[in-house]
Amino acid sequence: MSRALISLPPNPRRGDIIEVKALASHIMETGFRHTQFGVPIARDIITDFSCSYNGREVFSAQLHPAIAANPYIAFTLLVGDSGTITCKWTGDQGYSVTESVAVSVA
Amino acid sequence: MPDLTGLVLSGRRRALCCLALAGFAGTLFAADPPPPAGRRSGYDFMGRETRAMQDDDAANPATLWVFDGEALWQRKAGSANKACADCHGDARTSMKGVAARHPAPDASGKRLLNLEQRINVCRSERQQAPALAYESRELLALTAYLGRQSRGMPVTVGADARAMPFIDAGRIAYNRRQGQLNLSCAQCHDDNAGRSLAGTPIPQAHPTGYPLYRLEWQGVGSLQRRLRNCLTGTRAENLPFGSPELVELEAFLMWRARGMLMETPGVRP
Repeated sequence: MSRALISLPPNPRRGDIIEVKALASHIMETGFRHTQFGVPIARDIITDFSCSYNGREVFSAQLHPAIAANPYIAFTLLVGDSGTITCKWTGDQGYSVTESVAVSVA
Repeated sequence: MPDLTGLVLSGRRRALCCLALAGFAGTLFAADPPPPAGRRSGYDFMGRETRAMQDDDAANPATLWVFDGEALWQRKAGSANKACADCHGDARTSMKGVAARHPAPDASGKRLLNLEQRINVCRSERQQAPALAYESRELLALTAYLGRQSRGMPVTVGADARAMPFIDAGRIAYNRRQGQLNLSCAQCHDDNAGRSLAGTPIPQAHPTGYPLYRLEWQGVGSLQRRLRNCLTGTRAENLPFGSPELVELEAFLMWRARGMLMETPGVRP
């Protein structure tokens, strides 16, 4: 089960600065650990996060080892037209999750 | 003149004994005594940032488990090809208060079931599906989803009188010294609650937020996982998940927290 959540404040108005909160379900295995038998545990992390607002990239981030599991990313955004906010998380071992929320501007 | 002091003393001692017996019988048979004052949730012992994390569903990572639980609630399983929702309907109404009254006796009253075990009884009897493993993502997701429906409701464990013998067994376990450190639960969580253990505050052990997201675990875990952590900490022999002793201890702790408000899914450091 892999899942990601995006949350926005309700009823944004044009010109508002809103906080977008994005939470992804991921173990974020650093690659620095070993099993009890000494076998290294392969790195499995989210490496890239990007968010677009009506197709235009508004925020992106690179993630590295030693970021906690289930990373939470919050950033601010200037509200323009109604439309869609789409966030994309990609990472090791073919991990890719895309999640969208609708923005309706009053 | 005969010495009367001994007589007077023994008389008073006998009266004290009677009082103690009456008090003991009271805890066993009478209605619930009022809970002690000054109880505080582990939430009060946390830092500002961790409290904010629990308060905001968008920042609380356990929300991911709650949504998984919602999906599982709707998913058909087992050879009966039934989903939880096919019998119980909308969990947001039908499951209100369920987590707040577990652990609870089963229909026969002979066995005490915690919420995880109750789900698995439903799975094996109604859905004819294999039981979910303790601490599996699926079982934690379902318990977190059910617990979420009781958020803000008071704990009611012990309202069913048939639970009292189990709760009393849990109370004895709670007060029993064990392990190589020879510690009882009560010595930390009653006698020294609010003080620090290696820089970490010792909470009063009111399990109102389980299953919860623990930053140390980097994931959601059950109350039994937490109890097993404590047993390891006192270097006591550990109990397996689902053992009756652990469920009784769970029941006693929930009864001890009766009337306090459910916080599931909580966040703890």
